[in-house]
Amino acid sequence: MSRLGFLGAIGRVFVWSFLLALVVVVVYPLLWMVMNGFKTNAELFGDPFALPLQLDWENYVDAWNRGVSDYLTASVLVTVTSTITTVLISAWAAYGLTRVRMPFGKVVSGVILGGLMLAPAVALVPLVRMFQAMGLYNTFWALLILYTAFRIPFTTFLIRAYMIDLPREVDEAAEVDGASRWTTFWRITLPMCKPILISTVLLHILFAWNEYLFAMVFTSGTSIQTLPVGLTSLMSKHGTDYPVVFAGMVIAALPVIVLFFATQRYFIKGLSEGIGK
Amino acid sequence: MSRQQTPTRSDARSGAGFDRPPTLTKAMSNAPGGPVDRNARGWYPKVAGLVWVLPALVVLAVFVYLPLVQNLGFSTQEWDIYSGATEFVGLENYEKLVGDPVFWTALGNNVLYAVLSIVFQVFAALVLAALIESLRSLRWRKALRAIYFVPAAISLTVAGLLFYFIYEPNLGLLNHLLEAIGLGQLAQPWLGQESTAMLAIIAMSQWQGFGYSTLLFAVAIQRIPSELYEAAALDGIGHVRRFFHITLPLVREMTGLMIIVTISGAFQVFNEVMVMTSGGPNNSTQVLATWLYRSGFVRNDFGYAAAIATVIFVVTLLIALAQLWYTRRRRVEF
Repeated sequence: MSRLGFLGAIGRVFVWSFLLALVVVVVYPLLWMVMNGFKTNAELFGDPFALPLQLDWENYVDAWNRGVSDYLTASVLVTVTSTITTVLISAWAAYGLTRVRMPFGKVVSGVILGGLMLAPAVALVPLVRMFQAMGLYNTFWALLILYTAFRIPFTTFLIRAYMIDLPREVDEAAEVDGASRWTTFWRITLPMCKPILISTVLLHILFAWNEYLFAMVFTSGTSIQTLPVGLTSLMSKHGTDYPVVFAGMVIAALPVIVLFFATQRYFIKGLSEGIGK
Repeated sequence: MSRQQTPTRSDARSGAGFDRPPTLTKAMSNAPGGPVDRNARGWYPKVAGLVWVLPALVVLAVFVYLPLVQNLGFSTQEWDIYSGATEFVGLENYEKLVGDPVFWTALGNNVLYAVLSIVFQVFAALVLAALIESLRSLRWRKALRAIYFVPAAISLTVAGLLFYFIYEPNLGLLNHLLEAIGLGQLAQPWLGQESTAMLAIIAMSQWQGFGYSTLLFAVAIQRIPSELYEAAALDGIGHVRRFFHITLPLVREMTGLMIIVTISGAFQVFNEVMVMTSGGPNNSTQVLATWLYRSGFVRNDFGYAAAIATVIFVVTLLIALAQLWYTRRRRVEF
């Protein structure tokens, strides 16, 4: 028994050192990124392990003035608008699929949820030509439309799964009192779906904030570049002024990290529901 | 709508008393000219139902399904970018694909990506999740799960750029770290040479993504009733055997899903390669999506790009069908 206890203690020490080493592997590069945002170029090329000599916000101000403020504005704009359109359209669809009898219901849900299977890259070439023909190439609208279209299946899937489990009696009671379907949806069903709506909003923000393929192909060379694309152009435009790039990276990463820690519970719920798609 | 399920509620709606038998009230409420549910009359309710899903259907049809079909057509054409004329060339683009060594490199890289991601983001993450969940302190379990997830919250662009600098020979952490621990002879331009570039990108991707799958496995493990572990512990069964005989079988479904999702993701890799190497050096880090992008939008060979897109379509569709088949099977029940 004591031998087993000894082995168990060894094992525990081993497990803990492994887990903590992994924390270092995850956190240190991120701290390095933040610290490099405070360094001068000379410091950066000197000793990469050294702490910055001064806590100077100059690089952050520089990055902000060299375009990051525009990228941030574009990211916020695209993220906010596409979150609203995606979640609204998906919630309507989920309500229709779970509460309303319609012709070809099976086909409709197959078409909407089947979109989950399709990779965005597959549609890239035709989409570029389509948006060029519509005059929407290189505009904000291209991203709004694409982020909405390609996230409707996933978002509808999550909300639908939640609505299925909600008791129908409440809806029906509302209708008894003379509420129209429209009112029932806004006043009864949607408020009851609040937890999953928060999860889907968060997952969509994470997606829209970080999306790169569409952002790069549809908005390169315009004023409406989102952060992921903007960062790469910051990198290519300003050659070796790396500390400014690091500062830009921190500005891009910080909002989502803060959002994640503030809303972990909903994030985790959304992610674990979403995987079973 | 759900009259059959909750007849008494419909009774109230149609003005009938709660004490009437359901069949009778049903007949009454359907009586012509009677006070009927306006949602159940004529063609109106059917079309009204479609209104709810119409926005989603239209957006998906125009911007997801139509381009998908168009892509198949485009892959049989050749464009002259100067005159704008298109010419039907049949399967020529696909023949070109088969004979293109870069295409095979790209496909190979996607496969390598999938294999290594399964090792680290599925199996290693599962073991890691089991280790975390075996800790006694709830606070530490929560903290570790959250910390490991942080790289997954930041964009692949930021993570890619960060590791571009970490691998960078002059200011990068990696080479300096190797020198600091006396392995200076291993220092090398990680992204600058064909032998290490792809592995360096994949390594970054594991760093970025392992916390995501660890979190999901942790959630799955939490759903396993703790009595199973307690009973096993009482019988003197050790941690390792508990992992193999309790945890592993009961998270099998999550494991299967994670494998499928990981493979699907591996065949759509684009962002990190674009940011870190753009497919170089010498096309050694091209993957299908970056080769598609380069063919279509740098070399303006749209037909060829469409053919590559078809390959991605077929692969991801097969994986998605596998997933569908997998989730339709009976779920693990406790």
